[in-house]
Amino acid sequence: MSAAVRTRIFSPDTTDRVASLLLWASAIATVLILLSIIGTIVYRGIGVIDISFLLDSPRMSGAEGGIFPAIVGTLCLVAVAILTAGPVGVGAAVYLTEYAPDNGVTHMITFGVECLAGIPSIVIGLFGYAFLVVYLGFGFSILSGGLALMFMILPWTVRASEEAIKTVSGDLKEGSVALGATKWQTIRQVVLPSALPGITTGVILGTGKAIGETAVIMYTAGSSLLLPESIFEPVRALPYHLYILASEGISDDMAYGSAAVLLGMVLLINFTAVTIQRYYQARSGLRH
Amino acid sequence: MGTEDIEIESRNLNLWYGSAQALKDVSIPIEKNRVTALIGPSGCGKSTFIRCINRMNDLIKGCRITGKVLFEGRDVYEKDVDVVVLRKRIGMVFQKPNPFPMSIYDNIAYGPRIHGTQAKRELDEVVEDSLKAAALWDEVGGILDKPALDLSGGQQQRLCIARTLAVKPDVILFDEPCSALDPISTARIEDLINVLKHDYTIIIVTHNMQQAARVSDHTAFFLLGEMIEFGETKQIFERPVEKSTENYITGRFG
Repeated sequence: MSAAVRTRIFSPDTTDRVASLLLWASAIATVLILLSIIGTIVYRGIGVIDISFLLDSPRMSGAEGGIFPAIVGTLCLVAVAILTAGPVGVGAAVYLTEYAPDNGVTHMITFGVECLAGIPSIVIGLFGYAFLVVYLGFGFSILSGGLALMFMILPWTVRASEEAIKTVSGDLKEGSVALGATKWQTIRQVVLPSALPGITTGVILGTGKAIGETAVIMYTAGSSLLLPESIFEPVRALPYHLYILASEGISDDMAYGSAAVLLGMVLLINFTAVTIQRYYQARSGLRH
Repeated sequence: MGTEDIEIESRNLNLWYGSAQALKDVSIPIEKNRVTALIGPSGCGKSTFIRCINRMNDLIKGCRITGKVLFEGRDVYEKDVDVVVLRKRIGMVFQKPNPFPMSIYDNIAYGPRIHGTQAKRELDEVVEDSLKAAALWDEVGGILDKPALDLSGGQQQRLCIARTLAVKPDVILFDEPCSALDPISTARIEDLINVLKHDYTIIIVTHNMQQAARVSDHTAFFLLGEMIEFGETKQIFERPVEKSTENYITGRFG
């Protein structure tokens, strides 16, 4: 046994201590990065945030006034994205988990979902411009931007829904089928309601991704600073507003203020998702 | 027993999961309004057997069957058999209580609703009757809108029995219904089975031999996918013909 007699440079004890130190440092670094981002943005941005910043329209291209239209624009874009990605994503997930035969076509669909998730957002933005804005004639609008965002979050919605559906216990499905329910009745009335918390969490996390997305919407949603009156009108989303404020040197303070609001929205969304998940996990814990 | 009393009969039933044979040439007659117990060590095929009767094995990939399962003289594996109707008439209660994550009321009304009953009054009646028949009404009659998952394990299992009764089956298959329950809940389920057998044909898979002796009229002993011995429960337990039956019953293996 040559390994046993090999001379060690460091004692196992030292190696172990060094390893756990490195692992601990990695974990701490992750949290530190998050805290520095939040800290910097809030520190630089908090000064300009007040009620009028949140509820006023921008003046002088955003150098003064507030960011209300951009908040509204962001919420509209995200709403269109969720309302379209939700049903399509859940539908695809139900098909893939419950109906799809185990064959080449199914594998191709699953692979396609993976690929869609991997497409750079700027490419989706460009495609959205060519297809939605120009070819379908939706113009720069909430509809174009929202649908382009949907292309981006759809794969996440499909995956989250698939995971949620797979965790519904086979016992429940058998219970329903044994009563004479058809497959669709079982899915509609037992599987989907049980999977709903997981699906909701997935969709909300998708929203978190969509809300901060800039590349997808800059070529599709437009850049108007007016309040939109329908989904066929253009809006400027919050991250894009922030990008313009900073890149064109309009106002650093306003840019950081916008960034802090955006960050607040994302954190709120993630917090909501986690809360919903916890609530339902605690409830389903009653089973045993 | 006379053939006119036979409600279900398997004839030379074979079943494979992929290439593994789980049932070998099983032939059992099941008498109407009697309790038939299936006993045997784990993996002997007794659960697989009852899942053939309401065709639950259809859901399993790579499952292949030869032979016949006659229900009222007709093979349930014939092409034009409607499995929805079959499963409505042959109910099943599972090993682990599996109430749906909805209210007590909705759990019981689930079956009648999917089979087309919509009227509130009719559903109310079915819910009450089913819960009474499952000896659960006294405990939950006042809390029908509470989540079924808040009930205790034993109550959940009686709820599952009530849910099965609600679609008015002729046969009830019990797949080790007490294996997840405490002795008191088990006793209540056994009492219930003794009452239910007046109106239903019952087949029960059990690991518990005392349970088989207490509740059943007939017993079939399974070993390694084969049905070794079938007869009156009294005879199986007191004068088994086969050596392996005697070994199992006296606790020499299993």
